[in-house]
Amino acid sequence: MPNISREEVAHLARLARLAVTEDELDKFAGQLDVILQSVASVGEVAAQEIPPTSHAVPLRNVFRADEPRPGLSQQQALAGAPAVEEGRFRVPRILGEEA
Amino acid sequence: MSDLTHSTAAELAAKIHAGEVSSVEVTRAHLDRIGAIDETVHAFLHVDTDGALAAAQRVDDDVAAGRPVASPLAGVPLALKDVFATEGIPTTCGSKILENWIPPYDSTVARKLRDAGVVVLGKTNMDEFAMGSSTENSAYGVTRNPWDLDRIPGGSGGGSSASLAAFQAPLAIGTDTGGSIRQPASVTGTVGVKPTYGGVSRYGLVAFSSSLDQGGPCARTVLDAALLHEVIGGHDPLDSTSIDAPVPPVVAAAREGAAGDLRGLRVGVVREFTGEWYQDGVIAAFDQAVEALRGLGAEVVEVSCPHFDYALPAYYLIAPSECSSNLARFDAMRYGLRVGDENGNSAEQVMALTREAGFGAEVKRRVMVGTYALSSGYYDAYYGQAQKVRTLISRDFERAFGDVDVLVSPTTPTTAFRIGERVDDPVAMYRADLCTIPANLAGTPAMSVPAGLSDDDGLPVGLQVMAPALQEQRMYKVAAAYEAARDKAWGGPLINRVPELEVAAR
Repeated sequence: MPNISREEVAHLARLARLAVTEDELDKFAGQLDVILQSVASVGEVAAQEIPPTSHAVPLRNVFRADEPRPGLSQQQALAGAPAVEEGRFRVPRILGEEA
Repeated sequence: MSDLTHSTAAELAAKIHAGEVSSVEVTRAHLDRIGAIDETVHAFLHVDTDGALAAAQRVDDDVAAGRPVASPLAGVPLALKDVFATEGIPTTCGSKILENWIPPYDSTVARKLRDAGVVVLGKTNMDEFAMGSSTENSAYGVTRNPWDLDRIPGGSGGGSSASLAAFQAPLAIGTDTGGSIRQPASVTGTVGVKPTYGGVSRYGLVAFSSSLDQGGPCARTVLDAALLHEVIGGHDPLDSTSIDAPVPPVVAAAREGAAGDLRGLRVGVVREFTGEWYQDGVIAAFDQAVEALRGLGAEVVEVSCPHFDYALPAYYLIAPSECSSNLARFDAMRYGLRVGDENGNSAEQVMALTREAGFGAEVKRRVMVGTYALSSGYYDAYYGQAQKVRTLISRDFERAFGDVDVLVSPTTPTTAFRIGERVDDPVAMYRADLCTIPANLAGTPAMSVPAGLSDDDGLPVGLQVMAPALQEQRMYKVAAAYEAARDKAWGGPLINRVPELEVAAR
């Protein structure tokens, strides 16, 4: 079924926040196509009435007592940050020029 | 060759606890071995010499003071896969995006190891974020298989498996999302166990595919794996998917199995796991292992699990889908690499530039495949269908385990392949997981135990033993019985046939 074009790879890369190169677009277009062809057979077996399984173990909500417990200190939380300013994470601008 | 590095964990623990040898001596012997050969094997990404010796000293102090030791494995060295967060020790997951990241907390597995007095030697190499079957997807270079340095040690836990086969550590920890403990064990002639999903805490295990990821023990003998299993297993309130039930009695099962009596046990051979992708020598070794089980008194029958053929495609939709979501956390804001934070670039641009620079090709492929499979318009045909296949595979297991006690198959269709052979052919790489994936999809336990050497290339083959959920003791018993029979047939442990590595051979 699939036939992944270069443009579709570029679209997926944008959605996945990957600034892929021109060379990668060529390489990945071919490889994603082969991968998706090889997994398409899942469509052959499972009929409508089969319930989906999202998890191997049936999950219920798991609660704990609502009591505070120590977390990371500010220093610990910031220790691995790529940029820190005034005891906070420094991040690039989040709004466009026009905003 | 040192006796200490060639001993089993059980032997080392007995000697350390009896005061015959110190944990510091044992730890130094393994650190020396790592120092001598890891330039060649490259099993380790980080060696924690000071931390290991300090941990060993604490055990020796307990022994000297006559205090009870912290656990049956206190003082024994271990190699930890670099996907578990370790406070104060770098944790990279084999990725550039986490280069030099030092976690501010311990994973539960790391904490349990420390509490048990197990000596963590360092962190082992792996495919980036555990995505791969050869450890070639590590951003920090390949790991070599001690049986043949031109071949892969399996993946994603190739550093852990190679460290065992190279006698750098008697114990290791891996994680198994689609076979990353069992397949490396198979191709290095070591033992690897994927416990029941939820049997070992995932807290502090960097997530790849959350509904499949499972940590577990690796060792050179079945008993050693069982001892480690009981140290790391059990309920953890910090992991909401952790099973609130006692750890199955795997050590007792391994000891019982070693007596070699499998009478009354029904073993099912999975009919689907043979065919064009399987190496002749692997099938021959597997057939011999099945004969050995019969010789131990087991009743062997053929069992059909018709949907197992669809496990691989279902897995390669579900795992990428979950990884595309899990890896969204690598946004260049709170930890890890940041690239392109200049020229007024936006947070979104910085994130995309960072991920482009920080992720390798296989991670990018899987993130994009997952993004595709979860897109509206494709969701039902791919992700939705894969989830239904998952149901069918669980039903196949249920039906099979209604008839037999354990299922067996080869662990992986081939012996260790050559480095570079499959790097540009993702689908060929994925086939290494053909036999291991069903247990991940169903959440059931499975293990690989060495099953001799392939007669076509002389490399190790693995026997996979699968059991129902929380029935790990069954597979440990079978594996231990088989191991004892195999050692008798081969005139000693298979692992002793690993070629002696020349110091600084390359």
